[in-house]
Amino acid sequence: MRLEPIANPGLMRRLAPPALAIAGSFLVASLLALIAGGNPFAVFGAILKGAAGSKFALLETLNRATPLIFTGLAVAVAFRARLWNIGAEAQLYAGAVVTVMLGTGALHWPSLPLLVVIGVASMLAGALLLLIPALLKTRFGVDEVVTTLLFNFIFLLFVSYLLEGPLKDPMGMGWPKSARLISEARLPRIIEGLRLHWGFVLALVSALVLWVINTRTTLGFEMRAVGQNAEAARFAGIPVTRVILKTALLSGGLAALAGFSEVAGLKGSLTLDLSPGYGYTGIVVAMLALLHPLGVVVAALFVAAIFVGADAMSRALGVPSYLADIMLASALLMMVLAILLSKFRVVRD
Amino acid sequence: MDLIDILTSAAFWAAAIRIASPLIFATLGELICERAGVLNLGIEGIMVAGAFAGWIAVWAGLPLWGGVAVAFAAGMAFGLLHATLSVPFGLSQHVVGIGVTLLATSLTFYTYRVVLPEVSSPPKITAFQPFEVPILSQIPLLGPAFFAQTPLTYAAFLLVIVVALVLYRTPLGLAVRAAGENPQAVAAQGLSVTAIRMGAVIVGSGFMAVGGAFLTLSAFDSFFFDMVNGRGWICIALVVFGAWKPGKALLGAVLFAAFDALQIRLQQTPIGAVVPYQLFLMMPYILSILALVVMSRRAEVPAALMVTFNKGER
Repeated sequence: MRLEPIANPGLMRRLAPPALAIAGSFLVASLLALIAGGNPFAVFGAILKGAAGSKFALLETLNRATPLIFTGLAVAVAFRARLWNIGAEAQLYAGAVVTVMLGTGALHWPSLPLLVVIGVASMLAGALLLLIPALLKTRFGVDEVVTTLLFNFIFLLFVSYLLEGPLKDPMGMGWPKSARLISEARLPRIIEGLRLHWGFVLALVSALVLWVINTRTTLGFEMRAVGQNAEAARFAGIPVTRVILKTALLSGGLAALAGFSEVAGLKGSLTLDLSPGYGYTGIVVAMLALLHPLGVVVAALFVAAIFVGADAMSRALGVPSYLADIMLASALLMMVLAILLSKFRVVRD
Repeated sequence: MDLIDILTSAAFWAAAIRIASPLIFATLGELICERAGVLNLGIEGIMVAGAFAGWIAVWAGLPLWGGVAVAFAAGMAFGLLHATLSVPFGLSQHVVGIGVTLLATSLTFYTYRVVLPEVSSPPKITAFQPFEVPILSQIPLLGPAFFAQTPLTYAAFLLVIVVALVLYRTPLGLAVRAAGENPQAVAAQGLSVTAIRMGAVIVGSGFMAVGGAFLTLSAFDSFFFDMVNGRGWICIALVVFGAWKPGKALLGAVLFAAFDALQIRLQQTPIGAVVPYQLFLMMPYILSILALVVMSRRAEVPAALMVTFNKGER
């Protein structure tokens, strides 16, 4: 077989892939639900009800989407420049650690300036954490996929050390858990009485800002050029190394905001199970969004709905909630295949 | 001194060889894929799937070697998926690999919950037992360290020789290496680059899964969710460290495992009382990154690694 480029793919041909990929992942999940003894219609019904069936469910979905928007944006901006940042998980924890370090009483400031300082410091920590693999890539040509992955393990062990040592809550009854943030360091709720905090708004704003950066700034243009063809970009006079490093700072900073938002907005303290793999799920979110910042918001809402819904479904029907992870992994693979098939035609030799 | 005592004890080297065994299988698997020109980041998930598949097969009544075969088959199935997407369709090997890892891991956990819905701790099986090689195991120090291991460890060392012989001494090995160095030349010979690369990814993935199965069938006797714990990513570093050569990769895996065994023992010495244990646990990952950096200067990477091949294109 051979792949033949399609000259002018129509609108249908460009919009169909995400739809088909999601439909395909539903098909895979249906089969697996049947194997586990669940009726697929009942399973998806329960997922939908669990994700959006009540005010509480809907807010839970929005809360779950918040960190995914941040990690999804982090991955999207990096992948667009072909910087393979698989380390959003570690960068998320870097943001969370800084939030706890500054927010548990080290600074006694009024709420707004304190939150701004903590947010910016979190971003810096995440940015610096990704700068190391990015420098190893640009200086030594070390593949950043492996280094960012390995950093996830290293940094999680570091967090474990912090939670059993310097950051351990003295009132924590021996649990590896940080002290709680002071009230000034908490992200308040958007509407009093509704369990949804300003981190969600910050995530939406971040998506908007990234969209502006991508479409309206030189950096956005340069990142795209480096991602499409680094050699050609270098030839055109774009400082490729500096663009890669800037992309790393941006990506690491965005991922760290997920940690800031989770600790300051939702949890109020840091434990080792702060993130159930939001960094990795961000990859799926970014790919489903075709790396588009505004698409990331939609994809994160969809992915969060699947996760929240699957938890409720699992409790009601007994089909394991890992069904959600399978759906998303298969959606990711089908998505990249579908994108290819929207641009190329398969021809038999 | 403590360190000397540790390094000259047979038990230490026996542990190092045991820790090295799963890494040897998986590193060889990755090496085969990369020599043919395909980076296989599915390795972590494939090891998880292999660990589970081998264990559940034995739990269901198959003999231990049957479990190994089931793990190999499971690995090949995920290899086929990876190969189909990354070779003829030429999709990004990074994205496909991450996708395969996510899919293999989640499918494994799902199947575990479906098969064993209400267990708090996973059932145990009777794992491979150490087999003392006659005469050789009587050699002081070396005997108990190298020749009182489980059969699967001997298989790992044997596999290094087999893979090296096939890669360097057979037409098939030549074709695999050429597919990763100069696919155009392979096509000019009338051979199918697609078939060679797909075959390499499928077989290599099978070996990765056996590496995972070593954990459940030989190192331990049960399956835990986080048991692979980044070993797959470490193997990718070991392939680079071994300069894409089976013998050097073996050396790297043993060195690495010796270091791992050392950090476990150092935790029990006076040093371990002062230094937090997390620092010891970080060592394997830090070592892997250092290996990548040091070895990056010696560019022996297959020339066509991660380069897709389309017939008729040049």
